[in-house]
Amino acid sequence: MAEILPLQEAVSELVRNGDTVALEGFTHLIPHAAGHEVVRQGRQDLTLVRMTPDVLYDQLIGMGVARRLIFSWGGNPGVGSLHRFRDAIENGWPHPIEIEEHSHAGMAARYVAAASGLPFGVLRGYVGTDLPAHTRTVAKVNCPFTDEELVAVRALDLDVAVIHAQQVDANGNVGIWGLLGVQKEAVLAARRCLVTVEERVPKLDPRVTLVLPSWAVTAVSVAPSGAHPSYAHGYYERDNAFYQAWDAISRDRDRFTAWMRRHVLETADFAEHLALVEAEAAAAGAA
Amino acid sequence: MTAVDARPVTSDETMTVAAARELRDGAVCFVGIGLPSLAANLARRTHAPNLVLIYESGAIGAKPSRPPLSIGDGELATTADAVVSVPEIFAYWLQAGRIDVGFLGAAQLDRYGNINTTVIGDYDHPTVRLPGAGGAPEIASSSREVIVVIRQSPRTFVNTLDFVTSVGNRPRAVVTDLGVLRPDPDTGELVLTALHPGVSVEAARQRTGWPLRVSADLGLTEPPTAAELSVLRALEDGAGHA
Repeated sequence: MAEILPLQEAVSELVRNGDTVALEGFTHLIPHAAGHEVVRQGRQDLTLVRMTPDVLYDQLIGMGVARRLIFSWGGNPGVGSLHRFRDAIENGWPHPIEIEEHSHAGMAARYVAAASGLPFGVLRGYVGTDLPAHTRTVAKVNCPFTDEELVAVRALDLDVAVIHAQQVDANGNVGIWGLLGVQKEAVLAARRCLVTVEERVPKLDPRVTLVLPSWAVTAVSVAPSGAHPSYAHGYYERDNAFYQAWDAISRDRDRFTAWMRRHVLETADFAEHLALVEAEAAAAGAA
Repeated sequence: MTAVDARPVTSDETMTVAAARELRDGAVCFVGIGLPSLAANLARRTHAPNLVLIYESGAIGAKPSRPPLSIGDGELATTADAVVSVPEIFAYWLQAGRIDVGFLGAAQLDRYGNINTTVIGDYDHPTVRLPGAGGAPEIASSSREVIVVIRQSPRTFVNTLDFVTSVGNRPRAVVTDLGVLRPDPDTGELVLTALHPGVSVEAARQRTGWPLRVSADLGLTEPPTAAELSVLRALEDGAGHA
């Protein structure tokens, strides 16, 4: 049965130094509020996992939270580079980071294998790419029935999965609709999971297409607009202007650090950060 | 309308139009991020209204009113025939062979159409760390055919890739801002088969990092029509706006 906890308490209990953690979201439902809380609480030495590390992971990496990153595409979608991600890999700032990279199909298969309790997943992939030469979690395997050569990828077992969702009902069941990403697979691949939601409702909305039963979820925290600048279908749209603005904020180490101090370390919670973002956008609009 | 059409045609616009024309009506197209997305949406709004757009975020049959900024914008889900999970889109729809055309962009390309989107320089000590593979390796290997859209320069058309992210697998076409290249049927090497209006063979050679082969039967791209341009410009004006 999912425990309904304040976000601060949930992060404190579920995410520990040295954990392998996926804060998932494929453009949609990215758990920014929870990610900020991880930074605020000073977690370190994490192995961060994500198919599409974007702005949130740029923030985590730039704040030195990650020792290692497992991923398949690291960029600011439609905008360009992730400057903190690049600075960590290219220059070791704020400290060197190990990477393990895959294709999307491979990462998806790894999550499915872990969610299924299998040691590896199998796919027809990685054809001719240099990727397997740089990762130990990809291997060739032959089909025992047809002898076709395929690729095995190691199951991606997580200590903790963190996702955002639209709703939790009175019984603790989590409801999601819109693009589903790998939210379900990440949750089921993890020993513990935290779901932040837009709101608590008596009964899930009929638009819900994916339900995570209460007993499969460790903790739920209510975090309105907790995916911003990502979006929650049916609640608010993707803040594309923020993604564009992030390019300039993150390009310079000092500007980035000052922004993170003001927006994360010196705010009490995500609501305070959101109010600050709004005030800054209004000031920029007036200027 | 007249004012819009009076603007001179840019080389990027010719590239996008030429890329869009490669997509036939009714095809099932797996759309990569960036340049391919704009071209695919242009095709669907001009000669290929029944083109099925599939995005790796799980949208099948998306009909966005404007090109999405990311491959996971909400409008893709709202307008799609079906929304499936990411593992499903790659396993059931791509890997199982249901995709006619993989439509990809690239940071670097070699003469066989192999793609690098991983690093510039050494893998362990890169000069430039690029985003990485994303869906491209399997889009390239599991689609029936592949079309690549890329701006041509000595930095992008390189003699040797720093990293092979995805194998070109004899792309049906590589469409650039200068012209169109297609693989030699025997060797698979890309050959310049058409130039866009106003581009010389010499210019194409200068912007290629290997000795570029030119078809004996070199064609000339039909300039974008007024209709294609007006749809493209309307799409671009709406791009990325909420």
